[in-house]
Amino acid sequence: MIKNKSLASPYIVWSVVFTAVPLAIVIYFAFTDKNGAFTLKNIMDIGQYTSVFVRSIVLAVIATAVCLVLAFPLSFMLSRMRASRQSMMLMLIMLPMWMNFLLRTYAWMTLLERNGLINRFLGLFGIGPFNLINTSGAVVLGMVYNYLPYMILPLYTIMTKIDPSVIEAAQDLGAGNLRVVTKVLIPLSMDGITTGITMVFVPSISTFIISRMLGGGSNLLIGDLIELQFLGNSYNYNLGSAMSLMLMVIVLLCMSFTTADSEEMEAMV
Amino acid sequence: MQSNTVVALKDIVVDFDGQTILSGLSLDIHDKEFVTLLGPSGCGKTTSLRVIGGFLEPKSGSVFFDGRDITRVPPYKRQVNTVFQKYALFPHLNVYENVAFGLRLKKTPDAEVRRRVGEMLELVGLKGFERRSTVTLSGGQQQRVAIARALVNHPRVLLLDEPLGALDLKLRKEMQIELKRIQQSLNITFVYVTHDQEEALTMSDTVVVMSGGYIQQIGTPQDIYNEPVNSFVARFIGESNILDGVMLRDFQVEFAGQTFSCVDKGFSPREIVQVVVRPEDVRIVPAIQGQLTGVVETVIFKGVHYEMRIRQAGSEWIVHSTQASQVGELVGMCIGPDDIHIMRAQKEGAL
Repeated sequence: MIKNKSLASPYIVWSVVFTAVPLAIVIYFAFTDKNGAFTLKNIMDIGQYTSVFVRSIVLAVIATAVCLVLAFPLSFMLSRMRASRQSMMLMLIMLPMWMNFLLRTYAWMTLLERNGLINRFLGLFGIGPFNLINTSGAVVLGMVYNYLPYMILPLYTIMTKIDPSVIEAAQDLGAGNLRVVTKVLIPLSMDGITTGITMVFVPSISTFIISRMLGGGSNLLIGDLIELQFLGNSYNYNLGSAMSLMLMVIVLLCMSFTTADSEEMEAMV
Repeated sequence: MQSNTVVALKDIVVDFDGQTILSGLSLDIHDKEFVTLLGPSGCGKTTSLRVIGGFLEPKSGSVFFDGRDITRVPPYKRQVNTVFQKYALFPHLNVYENVAFGLRLKKTPDAEVRRRVGEMLELVGLKGFERRSTVTLSGGQQQRVAIARALVNHPRVLLLDEPLGALDLKLRKEMQIELKRIQQSLNITFVYVTHDQEEALTMSDTVVVMSGGYIQQIGTPQDIYNEPVNSFVARFIGESNILDGVMLRDFQVEFAGQTFSCVDKGFSPREIVQVVVRPEDVRIVPAIQGQLTGVVETVIFKGVHYEMRIRQAGSEWIVHSTQASQVGELVGMCIGPDDIHIMRAQKEGAL
């Protein structure tokens, strides 16, 4: 018989080579200067970029919240449809994901531009033109558009497991629609909500393409900042490593909040 | 409408994808009554229950509660509670919180919640299980939680949708007695759905036999068993021998090639009827003394009695007897006037 542990060995090799070692290198660079001497200067320097970090967190939180609000009712509706309908609707939701990420985001540029489709259409009625592109709103829009399926899928998966008679039982015991949602649906979907939040928040907070294409120069995010350190003019991979490390810490912190939240919620209700 | 009618269904029609489930069903349910809707699957019994509970809006017809039309009232505003087929307990809540769910929604003070939940758990025999997670309970225990969760709200009417279907035979028998006890001690109306005729006869004050979206017969368990109105009811409730016969005149009927005295009257002369004889009402006698004679084809031991199949002329009889005959033996059969039940030919369908 094969020992269960040995089955994981290909993955262990993979994660050592491509995760653990690079992480060690990042940590090494974060705490050294150009000559390889230990220093905390890189970490301290991040302080200058607080506003970028705050903006990244705020936009990622907004995008995640919008995704949750859009996806929750949709996923529930999906999970209650006939099985044949469900797979067709899922296909439609996944469809944009078959297209290249850059292409999708680029398409939004042409829509939002000053003389893009939306402004030209509004122009027909003598409205506008509006400043749509290069705003933080456009960045959030890009995040929601690209990452919404990652919120829908885990929610939908967990909601298909909710027995319809449990919902009827709640109604039977006196719960109107709002109470059914807060007392039954949300608690029973908690695992899906946590997964969805993780899967939207993490790519949102670390994106650099979306902010560069839709946010212009004024909406720099952590991702852009890190990219600049490695590929841009400022070229300082020690600082870049420190920033990456900080980003990881932020993500871990946020994640621990959401899991703690869900446990708390479950304990509460 | 009788004065103590608590729930009344009037001309209820329900369609699913063009298929008619209930075709103009009317039914009065009286206060404090144990009513059972009995029928094979697909007869519309669960659908009727869902209409009363408010989970299904009928295509036409009305539902009355205490004389008030509640057809369009959503389930959460109805004074009825339901025990669901698969219990439908809240998996994220423990036993106590499951039972307390309805009270908490009504913002009942904590002290009262504690008292009432405690009372209910005691009533269903689950004292001490408060903190247990519902997923760790056995089927029977889960069902008790479901019953307590519904009853704690003091509903006027409790709806039960095949609540014992998932339990094993012994537990089912215990729960039947238990449910009857609970209904009597709380003095409220139970509307119980089942396909198990024995369950219906054991617990009910009134049995409503349904088939094909129609009510076939409403009556006490004794009525339903002893005086089935048609061959569907006779076949569905217990076992029976159903034979074609002719009513010669009052108190005299001819079937199986013989003339029998009976206790039925009021038929037109030579009216074609159906005759029902329960297997336990056929007495086995020596062939020479029998009103009918037949050859024993099979004998099966059933515990309390033997079940025998006896071939008599053109028909096969099922007979229950405490004494076994030999296979191949020629036996006589006697049937007393009281044990012959006459039905008008084929009244199945709308009633």
